[in-house]
Amino acid sequence: MDTRDTPEQAELRRAARQLARELGPTTVADLDDTTRSKRLAAAVHDAGWLELRDGGEDGGPLASGVEAAILAEGLAERVADTSFTGAVLARDLARRAGAQHVDGTGVACSPDLIGVAVVDGPVTTTALHVVDTARDGSEAAYVLVPEGDGHRLASVPLDRTGDGARDGVDLTRTIQVVAPGATRRVIADQGQRLSRDDLVAWNALGLALTSADLVGLMRGVLDVSVAYASERRQFGVAVGSFQAVQHLLAEARCLLEGSHSVALHASWAVDSLPATDACAAGRVAKAYCARAARTVCETAIQVHGGIGNTWECIVHVYLRRALLSSQWFGDDGEQLRRLEHERLGVPAGGADGLS
Amino acid sequence: MDFRDSPAEAELRTRFRAWLADNNPGLPASSTDDEYWARQAEWHTALYDAGFFGLSWPARYGGHDLPTVFDVILDDELAAAGAPPRPSLGYLVQGITTHANDAVKDRFLPGLISGLERWCQGFSEPDAGSDLASLRTTATRAGDDYVVDGHKVWTSYSDVADWCFLLARTDPDGPKHKGLSAFALPMDQPGIEQRPLRMINGITKEFGQVLFDGARVPAENMIGEPGEGWRIAMTIVGHEREPGELGYVARYAKTVKGLEQTVRADPGAFRSDQRQDVAWAHVQAEMLRLHVCRRLSERLDGVDHGPGSSVDKLLMTWVEQTVGSAALAVSGSGAALDTDDVALKTYLYSRAQSVMGGTSQIQKNIIATRILGLPTA
Repeated sequence: MDTRDTPEQAELRRAARQLARELGPTTVADLDDTTRSKRLAAAVHDAGWLELRDGGEDGGPLASGVEAAILAEGLAERVADTSFTGAVLARDLARRAGAQHVDGTGVACSPDLIGVAVVDGPVTTTALHVVDTARDGSEAAYVLVPEGDGHRLASVPLDRTGDGARDGVDLTRTIQVVAPGATRRVIADQGQRLSRDDLVAWNALGLALTSADLVGLMRGVLDVSVAYASERRQFGVAVGSFQAVQHLLAEARCLLEGSHSVALHASWAVDSLPATDACAAGRVAKAYCARAARTVCETAIQVHGGIGNTWECIVHVYLRRALLSSQWFGDDGEQLRRLEHERLGVPAGGADGLS
Repeated sequence: MDFRDSPAEAELRTRFRAWLADNNPGLPASSTDDEYWARQAEWHTALYDAGFFGLSWPARYGGHDLPTVFDVILDDELAAAGAPPRPSLGYLVQGITTHANDAVKDRFLPGLISGLERWCQGFSEPDAGSDLASLRTTATRAGDDYVVDGHKVWTSYSDVADWCFLLARTDPDGPKHKGLSAFALPMDQPGIEQRPLRMINGITKEFGQVLFDGARVPAENMIGEPGEGWRIAMTIVGHEREPGELGYVARYAKTVKGLEQTVRADPGAFRSDQRQDVAWAHVQAEMLRLHVCRRLSERLDGVDHGPGSSVDKLLMTWVEQTVGSAALAVSGSGAALDTDDVALKTYLYSRAQSVMGGTSQIQKNIIATRILGLPTA
């Protein structure tokens, strides 16, 4: 066992952090600077990071879940407002289906954001949501169509008209709505059906990447908060010199460290453990990281005091992104419910084929 | 980045698993029953004799010279087999290895590691808890000996100890951090009075008070140099805060496994909040297991974490208290009706974790100032 980064992984971590520092938003106003965000998106694209989970010569992914998670974490440290996780997940799903990925295709989520959307016929009921990829002009989204004892990959067009893009909680990633009544198009050039195992393994990647995103957010918002507490003065001294404030930040640091450990393991498990075990590792990571990130971001707001409750202060951007990353693939409550089913024999309630 | 066993690690795992299948003493968890302490020496000796103890310590003194990540394998397998955790004395080994001269190392490390000689740790005093450096027990030079007078408390297993790793004031006139020295003091002598303390969960074997009234320790038993006591104490408490050094992951995993078995036998008999507490305890125990994997891996290049152990101590405390609360929740009325209920004892014992080895508040002070770099008032 050696859980340290390889030199290549350490370099990737450094590169992601540096890019996010250079081109990520540092103020809330920066979020409106589309010149900057377009440069960020182009840089992520040009680095080849979106293609990490594309198929290599042996059919397996070009890079492991560890590399993908390192990038997700590094970008989230500075709330980088560009598509990464959604794009990587879309390409990973296409690879598993043996399909040729079409640029600009995201993944449509079930309305509760917990899994990939399964549709059988036109989308007639609740609109499906595409997280993370819309800002870069996605045109379509993958959905699953039941077939035999598995699923086949299909795509549906996105609503590119005025109502299609929705402002969700997260100011750094747009939610795109699949047009009601959209007709699915089964992708023609692929061979295999996606088995239950394929989807469980893909779900493990989703859990690992959203957990890594939360770790990055915690690290970033804690840095911002420690810096603020060291500068902000009350009673003639820095507020960070008060034990009451110090202890809040110390607890946050511990939550970050614990989260790092579970998220690291989940990202390794994606390609190193059987699908069911990888998914179980992802559930542990997501349950821990989702709870921790909520506490750490709330601590950040508290440490910033009044200013922390204003729109102009960057910390709510972290909290908002954490809320979306928590929901995506299921929050802590959802993971605990699944763990109760898987470990304690409690009957499953969900009907998404993963229970 | 790899959580998998190396070939050498896999070999140890296979060997240890096979050995455990025949040699699990079936002892209760240490935190709940005096029987554990009565038979702990036997368990220590069995592990040592079979070659499964002190893996990362120097072979010269009875260890195996392996990287500390190998300890993860022991803890995994102990937990899986429902066996008792390995005895926690790595922090004393670290203290002696880091600071003592060769004569002291040669004399004391083999017995400490093999379990042939039992040790306790004499640090805290009635008026020196978090403020350890204010301790008042004195060791006064008298010929070839030092004469010790004072009062130690929370001295775990003092009643069965052959030796005490004693911290005492040798220079009453110097600054309080500078006048302390450390000794290996023999416990079997006149001038020492033992008073057991009963913990809130009823166990009596763990805590003790020790009163020294003219007890003697040979000067050659000093560990480190005169006045080096504070530095030695900081080495020891640093390691005493590391779950990887203590082997506690196995203890928590064992408890969680028991809770899961209880619920799985009849899930419908438990409310959803009780089941959720157990699932969350599993998440917490897994977190600590993986965190120890990461921390011990970081040590492969010989990096000293320093204040990082305070982070690990807080995480460990949260895990122990989450697991203890889950046990209480699952037991329900059982804990209310029976003072000997194991879940009740586990829960009550868990409250000590945020005090022993340095309170959670002290750990947060250390993290805030030495890791986060926040200003001091």
